[in-house]
Amino acid sequence: MTLEIVKPGLATTVQDLGRPGYFHLGIPEGGAMDRLALRAANMLVGNEDGAACLEAVFMGPEVKFGADMTVAVTGAELPVLLDGMPRNTWSSISVKAGQVLSFGFLKEGARIYIAVSGGIDTPPALGSRSTYAIGALGGFEGRPVAAGDVIPLGRGAGMPEGRIVPDALRRRPAKPAALRVLPGLYWHRLTEKSQAAFFEDDWTVAPEADRMGYRFRGGQAMEFVDRDQPFGAGSDPSNIVDGCYSYGSIQVPGGLEPIVLHRDAVSGGGYFTLGAVISADMDLIGQLQPNTPVKFMRVDMDQALAARKARKETIEQIRQALS
Amino acid sequence: MKTRYTYGGDEHVYVEIDDEMSLDAFFIALSLSKLVREANIPGVTEICPANASFEVRFDPDVIAPDEMMARIRELEGAAKAQEKRLDTRIIEIPVFYEDPWTHETLMRFRERHQDPSGTDLDYAARINGYDDAAAFIEAHHSQPWFVSMVGFVSGLPFLYQLVERQKQLEVPKYLRPRTDTPKLTVGYGGCFSCIYSVRGAGGYQMFGITPMPIFDPEQKISYLKDFMVFFRPGDIVKWKPIDRAEYDAITAQVEAGSYVPKIAEVAFDLDAFNKDMTGFNAKLMEALNDA
Repeated sequence: MTLEIVKPGLATTVQDLGRPGYFHLGIPEGGAMDRLALRAANMLVGNEDGAACLEAVFMGPEVKFGADMTVAVTGAELPVLLDGMPRNTWSSISVKAGQVLSFGFLKEGARIYIAVSGGIDTPPALGSRSTYAIGALGGFEGRPVAAGDVIPLGRGAGMPEGRIVPDALRRRPAKPAALRVLPGLYWHRLTEKSQAAFFEDDWTVAPEADRMGYRFRGGQAMEFVDRDQPFGAGSDPSNIVDGCYSYGSIQVPGGLEPIVLHRDAVSGGGYFTLGAVISADMDLIGQLQPNTPVKFMRVDMDQALAARKARKETIEQIRQALS
Repeated sequence: MKTRYTYGGDEHVYVEIDDEMSLDAFFIALSLSKLVREANIPGVTEICPANASFEVRFDPDVIAPDEMMARIRELEGAAKAQEKRLDTRIIEIPVFYEDPWTHETLMRFRERHQDPSGTDLDYAARINGYDDAAAFIEAHHSQPWFVSMVGFVSGLPFLYQLVERQKQLEVPKYLRPRTDTPKLTVGYGGCFSCIYSVRGAGGYQMFGITPMPIFDPEQKISYLKDFMVFFRPGDIVKWKPIDRAEYDAITAQVEAGSYVPKIAEVAFDLDAFNKDMTGFNAKLMEALNDA
């Protein structure tokens, strides 16, 4: 069982739910940027939630199937074509050996997930098939896929055509997109004025937005509480003695442009972080296109935990809808 | 020292032992992170020790964030009482200072630098009061370094120099981080030196490059066959300046699978080091020379 990459798209990689456990060595958890979409794609084709899929960003690949199987495309919205004929996103699609899946232009969102019954069966590295391209680890030879690659697949029973995730359970970014933030970490380094401005300002996603992090621009430069910089931090007020970064934490080098650290983020460094995007909103970031307007919304821990619970419930609702 | 506890979102507790760097803070961070690991607290998924801080990642569906923080706090006293001693190793790492590859990169990102008119080394030498880059390079490699954190990217070591505070070199990070850094660049930011294990983004000043790989996901390099990451916290490093000819020779040996890093087993005792740094370092380097 294989599938062949006819055209690779922009940066199509193999991703699953990631490889926790190596962050203390600088190897990030990685995995799908939008985990809800990855789980839904796997549920649609009858896989375990965490089976490996293809993640494509901004532009779909073109793939040819080496056997009969079930396929599903979730995440961003774009026309899905099987041998040129339109098919639905968020739905199970039966394909025959030799058929070709291709895509039209992106309409909404940023990342699509292509699941096949049986899942992608590249060799796991440190317990995961996720591609960590910077470390040349996991996925297909540690890199994004290229034209001509033949990707090994596992065996799966497949699923009937036309199983569908109800529209209400597909999460889309609001306009402007709202990202909930729990202040903490080095929040106290900012002046009260800058703390307030961070949540009041209108931000947009900068072109530098990838699996490592999403950069935002458009807000005011941040001001720091006066202090003598502690020994070892470096002289800029945005510098700290290098520490670990949290997933979702927001660093602001030079106080200029916030960067939300994402799945392939560096594990630590010497820029201050003002807090973190809550776990429930991490998937949403992966669906933001450059230039998308964004508001950061302040929440407390109780609100963060409630949002986390709601997200888990959504996943269970998708499971029930497909059972 | 003032320990500060805070949250990183809903999945992390961040513990800053001190906001400034010292080996005392490092040892407490390391001891406390070890005690958290040994406590086997349900819900903990990752424990990451850093230079003067550490972080615990947990699943808030298993343990409430305030309970997680309380469990760590309970262990703080015991961590502070632990012996500040490590059985470790000293490793000689060759460095080609002022190499052509980091020079090309630093010129490409000059507009992100504090001083666009010079090089990173010229700038670092000047702000640390050295006459020229050569004198600064001498200060960088003449005394050993201590690996106080592993992270950033795949197995990258952060190194802290084993000298009195007034002799420690300090430089700021780039004003805006670069999007590119050559693989195996020897960098500097704050009071830390580092080796970039892979090519990628970076904010540290760039001083040179080593021919010795420190991360190999394929585990083909002879000394990385057991594990893909070379460094661990507590390792001690002695830089050895090399020229282009030596750089090329070592690169060829690495490719041929015949390169063997120079390593000696040593003990590091913080009290003994603090009492007589020059004497302690001389013994460390003696052990390396005998290796």
